Amino acid sequence: MVPVTDYVALSAILFIIGALGVLIRRNPLVIFMSIELMLNAANLVFVAFTRVYNMLAGQIFVFFVMTVSAAEVAVGLALIVTIFRTKHSINIDEMNSLKG
Amino acid sequence: MNTQLITFFILAIIAIAAALGMLFSRSAVYSALFLVLNFGSVAVFYILLNAPFIAMAQVSVYAGAIMVLFLFVIMLLGTELLPPTNALPWQRPLAIFLGVILFVESGYLLFIHNAATGDVPQPIQAFGSPQAVGQALFSSYLLPFEVTSVLLLIAMVGAIVLAVKERK
Repeated sequence: MVPVTDYVALSAILFIIGALGVLIRRNPLVIFMSIELMLNAANLVFVAFTRVYNMLAGQIFVFFVMTVSAAEVAVGLALIVTIFRTKHSINIDEMNSLKG
Repeated sequence: MNTQLITFFILAIIAIAAALGMLFSRSAVYSALFLVLNFGSVAVFYILLNAPFIAMAQVSVYAGAIMVLFLFVIMLLGTELLPPTNALPWQRPLAIFLGVILFVESGYLLFIHNAATGDVPQPIQAFGSPQAVGQALFSSYLLPFEVTSVLLLIAMVGAIVLAVKERK
């Protein structure tokens, strides 16, 4: 029997690593991967509590989260390719055209 | 210590090590491959939690489709290694500070405040099977499911519109 606290703690650690990735890394592709990691951490908690409370709704929700993240990745990567085409670089520090 | 707990801790160490590997790899390709390892170990967690359908979806959608897309874009753009820049030098220490705060906060809530209690029971055969998930998906959650298909269609059209080159 694994206490559900362990699952929530693991998910919290994965989420924090993902948040650090968004804040520290300068490569937009790695930032995207960190966002995926955070979504995944949330999914893990959903599935753990689905099991604890014996309700299937959590698994359905995870299914929807997966769909939304797939859509987000498709559009986001297309945006990154477009930015690379116009600026010839995807360094996040050089995306400052809107700066006054 | 029973078998389930030992399995949990071994898998948890693999998942956290893979996530840290993703965070600290110099090359974006290594980051992507570490993330595939992380997704694989989370899929095993889903199987332990009686969610075989979600586990298979995780392997095929996340570790398969999404990460292949990532690797394609990384290699297409040839931007595995970016030169370090000196913009916002205070961002890294601040990020680590905020991460530590978040870590302490979640540790306090979980282990001192006992925000989440309960045990994960032993696996039962029927719960979370593809049959049960499909039944729920096509009865009580039919409308959200259809809306999801529209969302995927919009994402597909958006990606094509963004990625296609303008003809002059």
